[in-house]
Amino acid sequence: MSDQHHSSEVGRPDDDGGAMNLPERFENPGLEPHRHRLGDSDPKIAKRSERQIVFIFLISVLASIGGLVGYFLIPVDEPNVLNVRLSTLVLGLGLGLGMLGIGVAAVQWARALMDDTEKIEDRHPMSAGSAVQQQAFEMLRDGAKEANVARRPVLKGAVGGALALAPLVYLVPLIGNLGADWDISKFAHTAWRPVRGGDPEMYYQGQFRYLALDPQDTRIRAADVTNNNIVHVIPRGLPEQEHYLEEKAKAVVLLVRVDPALLKESPERASWSYDGIVAYSKICTHVGCPVALYEQQTHHLLCPCHQSTFDITDAAKVVFGPAKRALPQLPIAVDEEGYLYATADFDEPVGPSYWQRER
Amino acid sequence: MLLLAFALVLVGGVYTAVTPTTAQADSLASADPAKGADLFRTNCSTCHGTGAVGSDLAPSLIGVGAASVHFQVTTGRMPMQANAPQAEEKPPQFSEAEALDMAAYIASLGPGPEIPTAEQVDPALGSPANGMLLFRTNCAMCHNAVGAGGALSEGKYAPSLMDSTPTVIYEAMLTGPQSMPGFNDAILSPEEKRDVIAFLIEQREPQPGGLSLGSLGPVSEGLWVFVVGLGVLIGFSVWIGSRSS
Amino acid sequence: MTETSASGRSAATADPIVPKPVSGTVDYLDQRVGAASMIKGLARKIFPDHWSFLLGEIALYSFIVLLLSGIFLTMFFVPSMAEVHYPEDALPVTMQGIEMSEAFASTVYMSFHVRGGLLMRQIHHWAALLFVASMVIHMLRVFFTGAFRKPRELNYLVGFSMLILSLLAGLTGYSLPDDVLSGNGLRITDGVVKSIPIIGSYMSYMVFGGEFPGTDVIPRMFTLHILLIPGLILALVALHLFLVFWQKHTQYPGPGRTDKNVVGYPLFPVYMAKAGGFFFIVFGVLALMGGIMSINAVWNYGPFDPALVSAGAQPDWYMLFLEGSLRLMPGQPEFVILGWTLSLNVLIPAVVLPGLLFTFLGAYPFIERAVTKDMGEHHVLDRPRNTATRTSLGAAFLSVFIVLLIAGSNDLVATHFGLSLNAITWALRVLIFVLPVVVFIITKRICLALQRKDREVVLHGHETGQVRRTADGKFYEVHQPLDEYERWIKVGHHVYRPLQLAAREDANGVRRPGGHLDNLRTSFSRFFYEDRVEPVTPTEIAAAHGNGHAEITEGEPTHAGELTSTGGTSR
Repeated sequence: MSDQHHSSEVGRPDDDGGAMNLPERFENPGLEPHRHRLGDSDPKIAKRSERQIVFIFLISVLASIGGLVGYFLIPVDEPNVLNVRLSTLVLGLGLGLGMLGIGVAAVQWARALMDDTEKIEDRHPMSAGSAVQQQAFEMLRDGAKEANVARRPVLKGAVGGALALAPLVYLVPLIGNLGADWDISKFAHTAWRPVRGGDPEMYYQGQFRYLALDPQDTRIRAADVTNNNIVHVIPRGLPEQEHYLEEKAKAVVLLVRVDPALLKESPERASWSYDGIVAYSKICTHVGCPVALYEQQTHHLLCPCHQSTFDITDAAKVVFGPAKRALPQLPIAVDEEGYLYATADFDEPVGPSYWQRER
Repeated sequence: MLLLAFALVLVGGVYTAVTPTTAQADSLASADPAKGADLFRTNCSTCHGTGAVGSDLAPSLIGVGAASVHFQVTTGRMPMQANAPQAEEKPPQFSEAEALDMAAYIASLGPGPEIPTAEQVDPALGSPANGMLLFRTNCAMCHNAVGAGGALSEGKYAPSLMDSTPTVIYEAMLTGPQSMPGFNDAILSPEEKRDVIAFLIEQREPQPGGLSLGSLGPVSEGLWVFVVGLGVLIGFSVWIGSRSS
Repeated sequence: MTETSASGRSAATADPIVPKPVSGTVDYLDQRVGAASMIKGLARKIFPDHWSFLLGEIALYSFIVLLLSGIFLTMFFVPSMAEVHYPEDALPVTMQGIEMSEAFASTVYMSFHVRGGLLMRQIHHWAALLFVASMVIHMLRVFFTGAFRKPRELNYLVGFSMLILSLLAGLTGYSLPDDVLSGNGLRITDGVVKSIPIIGSYMSYMVFGGEFPGTDVIPRMFTLHILLIPGLILALVALHLFLVFWQKHTQYPGPGRTDKNVVGYPLFPVYMAKAGGFFFIVFGVLALMGGIMSINAVWNYGPFDPALVSAGAQPDWYMLFLEGSLRLMPGQPEFVILGWTLSLNVLIPAVVLPGLLFTFLGAYPFIERAVTKDMGEHHVLDRPRNTATRTSLGAAFLSVFIVLLIAGSNDLVATHFGLSLNAITWALRVLIFVLPVVVFIITKRICLALQRKDREVVLHGHETGQVRRTADGKFYEVHQPLDEYERWIKVGHHVYRPLQLAAREDANGVRRPGGHLDNLRTSFSRFFYEDRVEPVTPTEIAAAHGNGHAEITEGEPTHAGELTSTGGTSR
């Protein structure tokens, strides 16, 4: 430092001198000098750029024509996937290259041939200043004075009230109708619910719904469910039923036979299984995906959406993942011919939790 | 329609010509259980026990049937190479004839699922549309919608079915190897199994929309839009923003 | 168009500057809508040039492509959930005779039997993915360069709203074909909606017109997807662009660039060609992708059936973070309180977490302004390294988002890298808390290191790689000093310092009002600006030169960059 002071005293011209005379910060040096392109001075290069651009436009034209020709020449009426593929490809190439050519040519035009000296435009603050603000306030004040708002509170209230109420006549019918009958108690029942006087094809003794294969809709014999199987089950006759998909969304069931020695059954559910065959809801208790991945060696059911894992041998309780509750169990039994049927509906709502679930 | 029928017949014909199913089915009868017993003793009994009664390391094979042996051996899953979450598919260690000999030996120990005949696995005879319905319900949750495979828990996985032969697909459905549950003939009839095969073979046709990108669904599509779409367009942006020389 | 100026000014006819058809048209429009002053205001408006300013344009142009391809699709799509049987003689063979909704049937039929139908579907879907992707990247650019600062906070909010709307557009759009994959997406939506306390069940009824899946949801989403949401986006696009014109574009720091000017090229002709050309480029790339790369082959998934699901059940990438957070959440926090069920295991990952993330994103400009108390207008962008805390916060935010994306695709990670699904989930459950902290710290250190490097380069110049030896046997490396233009980029930025806490009590011992808030503000301010590297000042550079720091000038020996002959002479 002392060195510096010395030099400043000496006043050597190539030294910046003492810190005292220096600005606190650097100054903006202003725009850099413009560097010219080769094409700006050499007409030959500019001409070559022009030819390039024309050539790219030409590619675009050819591609567009090619796409149109492809449209007329390639048939898609004949059932052949290859034609569909070819048509998609040719139209895609025609449209794509047609567009891309225009774009690339236009940009190249701008880059190579248009003037590229940088220009400066001034900015002004967004606000026009306090004087204009003042004028605006005055106008607002004058307007409000002319309207006499301040002295008429009842009028203000009336305007507010009317404005608040009028949209309701639009909104209430709109929202009111969106939810149809709003009867959320439907969440709690499924198509397995025993009925009276049901079709004996679908209901054992006209009462208890038979289990059937999904999607074949044929009844299932207990003997057909062997040890390492998994069977995807729907209530018998469901596809012919009204609201088929809504019912299926709740009623689908998985049927698994487990070695009875492995099965941990609580006493109150002892009658819900048949000879090691257990039936659980296929709808995840997390957010409702079908839990369908069955690993037959570990007897685990895995949901492919969020990977909740349930243990079939232990009342389908959760062993991993974001679900909390076990899968609901469907009580089953067999009829005289050995076909499986449900003795009751699930004793809790299937699928994801909701606020009123326990009510 | 005629063209389609022709294509189907052609596909079927090619498959019958390429896959050795005809040979297998016919030759199980001519396979030699005694030779199979020899092979079993030297190669498998360490884990599966003498007489295939099983041990602490591996299950008993009595009653698993010829189909199971044929599946495990011809796909190279058995003999197992290392103690992994599941047996990996690898180049088979035994010839088709040796596999059949072992299958015949195991089948002689107790009745079990049999190796399907060529007709049972001929995709040309199946209905791809019905096959899709069945595949969607019974298989897609593990093997993905078109059979590209998927993950199971704890490092296990459902393999891709893109290169599996019809016979192997049939045997897997019938026997339920490893984590996979089985689908006996009461749950999926032999005709329905053939429909599933027909659907899977149909999936190997070129995709109408172009490159299939692995048929892995939205995640791979998302990756591609960043890599190809955004990558190329950012490349163009840099070009547009650059000064010409 | 021809003779319009009989009664008006005859400038158009008299003026030979532009060809008559042009002057005639301008005159016609000028006399009716004042076109001349619009041209005067806009035609030569200056825009700065930088590749990163084109990211928003990618979003804009993919939106236009979405509108064009979407119009094509609406001509052939039937938004109905009525059950039909797919024709026996139509492609693909896997669908022949299968029962399905009309929405699904029309989607498949359009793909195989309308020429260009599949192409348009694929362009539309690729464009949708690109639309959101480019919006996100554009937003990152805006965030990291501080383009959201005054006066642009409101335009930031406009863009933020468009991002939210685009997510809704995507969700309502990819559900329309009514296939198994998107159907399960809707089902998850249903599960999430049901988890909302008190009104959740009724909201589910409201969405589906009764129980899931019902027959109303596709037509309802169709109206949202083709009318309401694009209408809103279009209005916001107009507002967004208007504000960009009105406030003029920001520019990167550089010589001659200040908060009081804008340096660049005029709208006409340069940006007419560049930006206009870029529209065709975006359209072209999307059309090529649509023609070559298959996307969302819905016939592979098949028509929706609530019993079905396939492996790899994921939403489009922009919804993947929600899928990921649902997958990561452990199931324990579901409670029954007084008979009411509160499923926090769904509510936290699907409602609370995205709520927090998006609130942070939307509120950030206002948070930062509250901390800096900076009242000035900013038109020159920040270099991300110079705003270390902001950059690190952004990177930490991004790391959370990426953890969620990986979580959302953990099954594919498991199969492709031979890992255990459960192990990945556990690792990510830890990472989502640890990674943002680590990323924050590392990013901040990197930013400060880069600032120091800038200082170093400004003070000592660029290394030239030339090693010289002095007469007395010393080695030194020659440094090339920066010219004033390059130097300005590295020293021109404003450095914020933490707010100083004013005394709590004035001279008379009277407590100031609002002391507590001030405390909070000061500690925030310290968090933002405590660690900083001051830019080089002229004094420092003079001092450095005075010490004989490296300059090439006369090749005089210098002490800086001194290298002994024993150590590190490799350079």
